[in-house]
Amino acid sequence: MPVAVVFDQVAKSYAGGRDAVRALDGVSFNIEQGEFFGLLGPNGAGKTTLISVLAGLTRASSGRVTVMGHDVVRDYAAARKSIGVVPQELVFDPFFSVRECLELQSGYFGIRHNGAWIDELLAGLGLADKGRVNMRQLSGGMKRRVLVAQALVHKPPVIVLDEPTAGVDVELRQTLWGFIANLNKQGHTVLLTTHYLEEAEALCGRIAMLKQGRVVALDRTANLLAGTASTMLRFKTDGALPPAVAAQARVTGRRVQIAAHDAAEVETLLGELRHAGVKVEDLEIGRADLEDVFLEIMQRETVA
Amino acid sequence: MRLAGARTLFDKEVLRFWKVSVQTVAAPVLTAVLYLLIFGHVLEDHVQVFPGVGYTSFLIPGLVMMSVLQNAYANSSSSLIQSKVTGNLVFLLVTPLSHWAWFAAYVGASVVRGLAVGAGVLAVTVWFAPPHLEEPGWIIVFALLGAGMLGTLGLIAGLWAEKFDQTAAFQNFIIMPMTFLSGVFYSVHSLPPFWQAVSHLNPFFYMIDGFRRGFFGASDVSPWLSLAVVGGSFLAVSALALRLLARGYKLRT
Repeated sequence: MPVAVVFDQVAKSYAGGRDAVRALDGVSFNIEQGEFFGLLGPNGAGKTTLISVLAGLTRASSGRVTVMGHDVVRDYAAARKSIGVVPQELVFDPFFSVRECLELQSGYFGIRHNGAWIDELLAGLGLADKGRVNMRQLSGGMKRRVLVAQALVHKPPVIVLDEPTAGVDVELRQTLWGFIANLNKQGHTVLLTTHYLEEAEALCGRIAMLKQGRVVALDRTANLLAGTASTMLRFKTDGALPPAVAAQARVTGRRVQIAAHDAAEVETLLGELRHAGVKVEDLEIGRADLEDVFLEIMQRETVA
Repeated sequence: MRLAGARTLFDKEVLRFWKVSVQTVAAPVLTAVLYLLIFGHVLEDHVQVFPGVGYTSFLIPGLVMMSVLQNAYANSSSSLIQSKVTGNLVFLLVTPLSHWAWFAAYVGASVVRGLAVGAGVLAVTVWFAPPHLEEPGWIIVFALLGAGMLGTLGLIAGLWAEKFDQTAAFQNFIIMPMTFLSGVFYSVHSLPPFWQAVSHLNPFFYMIDGFRRGFFGASDVSPWLSLAVVGGSFLAVSALALRLLARGYKLRT
């Protein structure tokens, strides 16, 4: 399959004398055309820096990045025409209405008379009645939709979404994912970063995980899920977990999750809990999800 | 394609100030008229710079040019710093617009605002003293070059600044003193020799003197010398601005 995006040994350091920060440390992978690709990692892993290099907002210290065969530095105009970026920050121009913003953004790409596609974007993103409304008067969710529309005005073959659903409600998420999934079906390549791992699991065919500026996992989502502890023990409790169990547990309020490879391991864990007098409620044994895989990989990978 | 992109950015920059024209055009016209009322009233009977030209008439071209220069500077500098601080500059940074397109659009829109305010000041001041238009070609040449130069300085200040107060400091500590000390309110021939010499080092002096030449057919120095100094200064600051834009100075980290 032809390649949409190439990251080749991409490194980025921010100067600061002895405190120099190495945000990206030799990142290499390709994204093929038509893929729905997930880029995951904890805060500060380098996801936004990598996307910024791809979009031309940041210049790599070394390495090479191409979009649809165009180098993002040497052939920046062609590269930027091939990519649409939805930024993470909720930014807007307070001087203009929604439609004016979209018409201006089209014009920057040399596209005049883009009304039909702008109408389609507004309708698809639930903004049909907001065209004449000034950006200042929109709610946060509506502004987020406009950001998506602005990234798509020039019909880019590669769409980059940097945490597009951070702090947005369920309705917008559904509208957004329906719209983006449809574009992906039409052949657009999608690169997504998100902290909502259930979204990544549901949408992305392939995933790269970054930690401290390095790729620590790169595989098909199904393979990542298959390659980890396949069983998860989940329950609720008010009691204090015994230290041996607590060391391997993930605790969210009253909810506890522990990885187990087989039935014998589940039995052993339950035995330890019973022995410690921990009262267990709502016990479930289920398949590991992407969050489990993510945490296991992040804990396993120690980057020098 | 690139021309269409640059044209769009130019249109957007013009629309940006036009949508708030009470603040960006009407307010500076009022300020200039207040200067004219007060200085003209106080000094009309005491000062005569050129033979047969009243002080109010002498003052008008200086005030017009000062308004052109200050508003051309304000347009590009405030637009860029606002976009940087609010973060919406990202919408431009992701586009294929070249550094030439950025330069042409920001400076072009600054020239339009400078000329709009200058024309407004001139139109209002007609009531105070009938305008002399001895050599109108110089008026157009120096208005365009002066607005272009200050629009470019505003662009450089907007690129360099990270906060609003830095563009304001650039305006208050560099642009304003150079404008006031350039002969807006007086002929430099009325200064002691030392300050006359200092004034001749100020490129703003040549902008105002050349511009005033177009009104009265008289000036402190030859308009061709003024054209050479102002044109050369404009080329120099333009080369700097284009270099900064091409490097992505403080735009692309």
